[in-house]
Amino acid sequence: MNARRIGAVTAAAAIALGLAACGSSDSGSGSGSSGSASADAPTGKKIKIGTKFDQPGLGLKKGTEMSGFDVDVATYVAKELGSNAGDIEWVQAVSAQRETLLSSGQVDMIVATYSITDKRKEQVSFAGPYFIAGQDLLVRADESAIKGKADLDGKKLCSVKGSTPAQKVKDEIPGVNLQEFATYSECVAGLVSKAVDAVTTDDTILAGFAAQDQFKGKLKVVGQTFSTENYGIGLKKGDTEMCTKVTDAINKMIKDGDWEKAVQKNFGPAGYKPSDQNPPTPAACA
Amino acid sequence: MGELLKNYDVWGAIWTTIQLAVLSAIGATVIGTIVAIMRVSPVAVLRGLGTSYVNIFRNTPLTVLLVMSVLGLAFILGLSFSDDFARNAYWWAVAMLSLYHAAFICEALRSGINTVPAGQAEAARSIGLTFSQSLSQVLLPQAFRGAVAPLVSTYIALIKNTTVAAVIGVTDIAGLLQEITENEGAQLGIFFMVAMVFVVLTLPLGVFGTSLSRRLAVKR
Repeated sequence: MNARRIGAVTAAAAIALGLAACGSSDSGSGSGSSGSASADAPTGKKIKIGTKFDQPGLGLKKGTEMSGFDVDVATYVAKELGSNAGDIEWVQAVSAQRETLLSSGQVDMIVATYSITDKRKEQVSFAGPYFIAGQDLLVRADESAIKGKADLDGKKLCSVKGSTPAQKVKDEIPGVNLQEFATYSECVAGLVSKAVDAVTTDDTILAGFAAQDQFKGKLKVVGQTFSTENYGIGLKKGDTEMCTKVTDAINKMIKDGDWEKAVQKNFGPAGYKPSDQNPPTPAACA
Repeated sequence: MGELLKNYDVWGAIWTTIQLAVLSAIGATVIGTIVAIMRVSPVAVLRGLGTSYVNIFRNTPLTVLLVMSVLGLAFILGLSFSDDFARNAYWWAVAMLSLYHAAFICEALRSGINTVPAGQAEAARSIGLTFSQSLSQVLLPQAFRGAVAPLVSTYIALIKNTTVAAVIGVTDIAGLLQEITENEGAQLGIFFMVAMVFVVLTLPLGVFGTSLSRRLAVKR
């Protein structure tokens, strides 16, 4: 008797969960860029895309909603590859795991502020660049003493532990007092509480923070970049066919104006303007 | 591997890890012993304080403690060890690792104290020893012996937990691992090397602890 009752409850729970799962995947499909409802409908050609989940303006996950420039670029590229927004499975790609995610086939591509470097090219292939960013500084809105890299000597700076921008300022500005955290959010918290004078990393990431509602008007990006970061779409090493398709998609996105729209939508609120090198010309696939 | 040693301060990072482990182990042992004494003392207020200490620090994630120390205590309340961020983070890491593991040391010691039959404490008091005398001459020497095994486990956990200090920017071996991964990409060999460093640090401690607990075991 009892066993039967438990069985019935379990079955009911399983059905409820199944329905809930359907519901969440449906609402998740509405999270793409500007496509209409019909364009978002799943076509059945699944694609797994790695991106950041914690970077406002680039790749941010809020509930089931994905937003940001990287997300918009990835959604566009996926569409060109034959997958609608509803087919995309977003996978969190933390910086340290990007190569592993690609080489083990856990994702089909990675669009996650992924700078093209020679070292990384040894392990993965890149399509792009689809955006050219640069290392910059985020300061409080009333800051007047910091206008660029030259003013950093003796200043309190914050960045993410082990990141390229953190290593760069340590090497190039010996007098800098650098605090390192695990995430940029902690650095921004330090900046707001006036314990640090500036946060440094790619201007795109900084602009994303400056555009967040809680920081609007309180923080500003200095706008004097001192490095060149070519953001590429990471692909499995040696997949030239895929690389060519993705490169075509990036070219098309830049040409038909969707690229500009995505820039305006994601970086506009921060008053951030991409450097003159944008939009970039994607390199040919090797 | 040779190139890695040339391009990165691997030995410096290992040295930082060892420093963190040794300093925090000393701090945790001192604080842990005090808290353990409080928890077995005849004064109800002290017992209550000791119990709250253990409950608060044992049940708070170490990452939260570390981030809170720099972001909250140092940045907002101005409780800094040094104006240099790197030194400040280093000492806050030592402080928080000590406070956190003190809760575990306390419980390990208390389990040791519980191995001493109550009759011994009563006998010590009845021949006229004060509370502190009976504690230092009769109970604690036996308690430390009985607690060797759980203490060693706690120290091993402490050594491995020093890696969490990287979240506030300490360049220990875990912090260096993040730097190398950023520049060279994730490579199995480097993870293996870091794992080996910890095996080298912790394995002898475990072996030493086992033989020590056997030799020191109180014969009853």
